Amino acid sequence: MARLVVLGGGVSGHTAATFAAKWLGSAHEVVVVTPNSKWNWIPSNIWVGVGEMSKEEVTFDLAPVYAKAGINYKQAKAVSINPEGSDLVNKPFVTIEYTLAGREGMTENVEYDYLINATGPKLNFGATEGLGDANGLGEFTVSVCTADHAVHANEEFQKCIQKMKKGERQKFLIGTGHGLCTCQGAAFEYIFNIEHELNKAGVRDMADLKWISNESFLGDFGVGGLHMKSMGFAVSSKIFAESLFTERNVDWIIGAHVNKVEKGKVSYELLDGSMGEEEFDFSMLIPPFAGVGLKAYAKDGTDITATVFAPNGFMKVDAKYDAGTYENWKASDWPKTYQNPTYSNMFACGIAFAPPHPISKPMSSPNGTPINPTPPRTGMPSGIIGKAVAHSICDRILQGENAPLHEASMAHMGAACVASAGKGIFDGTAAAMTIYPVVPDFEKYPGTGRDTDYTFGEIGLAGHWIKHILHHLFIWKAKLKAGWTLIPE
Amino acid sequence: MSKKVEHNIKAYGNNFTTMTPGPFAIKLRTCKIWQFIRFIIINIKMLVVVRKSH
Repeated sequence: MARLVVLGGGVSGHTAATFAAKWLGSAHEVVVVTPNSKWNWIPSNIWVGVGEMSKEEVTFDLAPVYAKAGINYKQAKAVSINPEGSDLVNKPFVTIEYTLAGREGMTENVEYDYLINATGPKLNFGATEGLGDANGLGEFTVSVCTADHAVHANEEFQKCIQKMKKGERQKFLIGTGHGLCTCQGAAFEYIFNIEHELNKAGVRDMADLKWISNESFLGDFGVGGLHMKSMGFAVSSKIFAESLFTERNVDWIIGAHVNKVEKGKVSYELLDGSMGEEEFDFSMLIPPFAGVGLKAYAKDGTDITATVFAPNGFMKVDAKYDAGTYENWKASDWPKTYQNPTYSNMFACGIAFAPPHPISKPMSSPNGTPINPTPPRTGMPSGIIGKAVAHSICDRILQGENAPLHEASMAHMGAACVASAGKGIFDGTAAAMTIYPVVPDFEKYPGTGRDTDYTFGEIGLAGHWIKHILHHLFIWKAKLKAGWTLIPE
Repeated sequence: MSKKVEHNIKAYGNNFTTMTPGPFAIKLRTCKIWQFIRFIIINIKMLVVVRKSH
């Protein structure tokens, strides 16, 4: 009997574990190690953050789902990996620390034959002074990164609405809280949901909305922007985004590295080197991401963390990490199999794998401060990669160690993204976009780097209906209800 | 129909060089019949992208 251990139960880890359990059956064991007791459909946290959904609608208990799937679930966080075993144990193992009520702090070594690192990110609030610290979110801003954060965001948001109803003008500042953030899309979605809710509450004229982000141009989204077909033109996402911001009367600051957050004020540095300050009454700033801080040790106890992980804490995979400057980047730099180059039985998927470099062109201010989005690895790509990695491992377990690995390069993969701007079935709208491929391939698609037959975007009710359907469809799939395997990632 | 969106443009401000939707384009975004047609088309397009990605 082989044992596959999956670290993390988010979109990527959950997809990998559930497919592996299905493909392997009871002849082999799948173990999931995740510190959370609940699964969270993170895209819908946006609606929780404006009071249109409850926390219960975007989360569910993992234990009964894993029990149904025959998965051995350990509510714990991974602390370290011993890919060669130790002087006492010959098999590789992971050291975990329980977070389960009643067993908090207890540790255990879990041996494995194959390991998937899908731990997701550490929300690195501490990277920006005042945004938070090692314990998480600070007191001056809100976040929608977790369901609990979103509940808190809504509580603060409702207070602002009450103030506006009493005649007090409020300023909303939404965006990214550091020069190296990703997930601009989540903040983009949140600001337009805020705007929609303010209109609904009849207080839009009492609010000033402003966007602040590390993108060098509006509509970069961490993927270097995109060109989409519209009315016979290949239109840049810059035009698309600027048009929407103008339509909703939202001003913006771009190319900004937020370096300090205080009560009611952020300080930032721009790409041109100038410094600025912006006041706010309500602010949601996405934190930068880092690896969760897993350590790795050789058999003799030597620390080999730097061999297994990149400096940012994400696991090294089959990517080209020495691609050099932007001019030398190629689509082929991006990983295909997500296998660790040192230990062939270790894989990483979702946010946990170390990308070879950003997708957006790296930039820095004259002061040397890097200000550019880091590459997104969430949502659809995250699920597809998780499934491909599970497929590779299952093949190796069932067919032998020489079974070919499955590939899921982000340079050969598209993504569908629906950013809602309000929740009502007939009064909400959404920006529906597809991008193909996620990582531009300028050799295959000269100019735009993408196939404009499959890269498009439009705003309307239709996208909004799709967003609603996706919410229910993906929660259905994650709960492993009837027909779950038929729902694509 | 109102040209309200155009009023949001600020001369030589951030949004001075972008394009803005006219009243008809905005109306289409919430026109249920048109959006139902778009719903079918967007779904097909997304399914094609999903299929190409697996």
